[in-house]
Amino acid sequence: MRLPEGVRHTWAVAAKDLLVEFRSRTGIVSAAVFVVLVLMVFNFGRDPTAVSNLVLAPTILWVTFTFAAIIALNRAFQLELENQALDGLLLSPIGRGSIYLGKLIANLVFVAIVEVIGVPLVALFFNVEVWQNIGPLAGIIALATLGFVAVGTLFSAMTVRTRFAELLLPVVLLPFMILPLMWATMATTAIFGGRPLSEIGGWLKMLAGYDIVFVIVALLLFPATVNE
Amino acid sequence: MRLLRAGRWITLLALLLLAGVYVRALAYTPVERMQGLAQKIFYLHVPAAIWAEGAMILVGIASIFYLFLKDPRLDRFAHASAEVGTVFAAIMLTTGPIWGKPIWGTWWTWDARLTLALFLFLLYVGYLLLRSAVVDPASRARFAAVLGICGMVLVPFVHLSVYMFRTLHPMPIILKPSTPSLPPVMLATWLMSLGVFTLLYVGFVIQRYALSYLREQLELVGDGGSGKGEG
Repeated sequence: MRLPEGVRHTWAVAAKDLLVEFRSRTGIVSAAVFVVLVLMVFNFGRDPTAVSNLVLAPTILWVTFTFAAIIALNRAFQLELENQALDGLLLSPIGRGSIYLGKLIANLVFVAIVEVIGVPLVALFFNVEVWQNIGPLAGIIALATLGFVAVGTLFSAMTVRTRFAELLLPVVLLPFMILPLMWATMATTAIFGGRPLSEIGGWLKMLAGYDIVFVIVALLLFPATVNE
Repeated sequence: MRLLRAGRWITLLALLLLAGVYVRALAYTPVERMQGLAQKIFYLHVPAAIWAEGAMILVGIASIFYLFLKDPRLDRFAHASAEVGTVFAAIMLTTGPIWGKPIWGTWWTWDARLTLALFLFLLYVGYLLLRSAVVDPASRARFAAVLGICGMVLVPFVHLSVYMFRTLHPMPIILKPSTPSLPPVMLATWLMSLGVFTLLYVGFVIQRYALSYLREQLELVGDGGSGKGEG
């Protein structure tokens, strides 16, 4: 059975980005090293006698993911600037929606890899019990990541073609990231603190609502960021 | 230019009326029993907050229409509204702490509402920075429209989120489902203040709109020292 055209195109764009990424590995390795370094900085930036690991761990987790996601998103369209690759992509008989979704999937995979590295490190460095609650934690991380990567992919398509691209993306994107981060941090705190799962239902619903709305909005708006 | 002059007159009128509203608020509206004189800032703070959010929604609506119609007037309006929204958000963020110090005992607290007010302000700043970072006018308008629409979509989430946190901030007493729980005299003063702020918004936006138009004309004739670099 052949998949619908849109799905195949989406996959082609995502596969292309991921292939470039895995061939060079510069981006993913730098991001992984960056995560380790941020975690170390946090470790030195606190007084262990005053703030317990359990209190700090969710914050550290999410601040680290925020920085890592911004790094990942900055390079999402940087790739396409070389040799006018973006023009080539736009000229190819692929719908704009497929290009966006392909980019979104590639970014999600990239950020997910960084997160898979980050979570055990947080568990290790800050001595929090992660494995018991890995299911709900993975759910929170997946929902929050989808939300801000969806917005970030849209914005990086614009900021990459402005002056001060690397600086402008975080400035524009962070106000949009704060809400999902806030909800995710609340939910993570509840989980690390051993609270019942029913307490995080509200946060998960907000995250899911945010994801649905912003994936649709970004999908509709993406053509406006690339069409001349 | 007629539009610019009209904007100036409206703003001037609004500023005079604002002074009038404050005379009424201070001299003819009763002092609130619990908060004393500090409550007077409510007549300034709440209308500014309403227009800070309202301006973002108008930016979003203008942006949606811009993407369909590609009318530069809509883009100019969105830009003007965003700049005025920034000013109103700044008023909201400065009057808030002035009230907070005597009532809460602290200038700033990381309460959900305050945090979200701050990031509404940062949203505006990001919007204006994005505009200034794009050289080509057509892309600038399109990029700004995309960000403006996303900003408008974000506002309801912000509102919903505020209700989910227990906060220190007083709950809305006018814009709520049941009837306003405010004495009629105070409500009247507040409504006048809201009217004046609406007029201020209109006056400011008209002026900014006219200025954007003049700047575009300048860009068309060549970079006439507009200070925007290579233009």
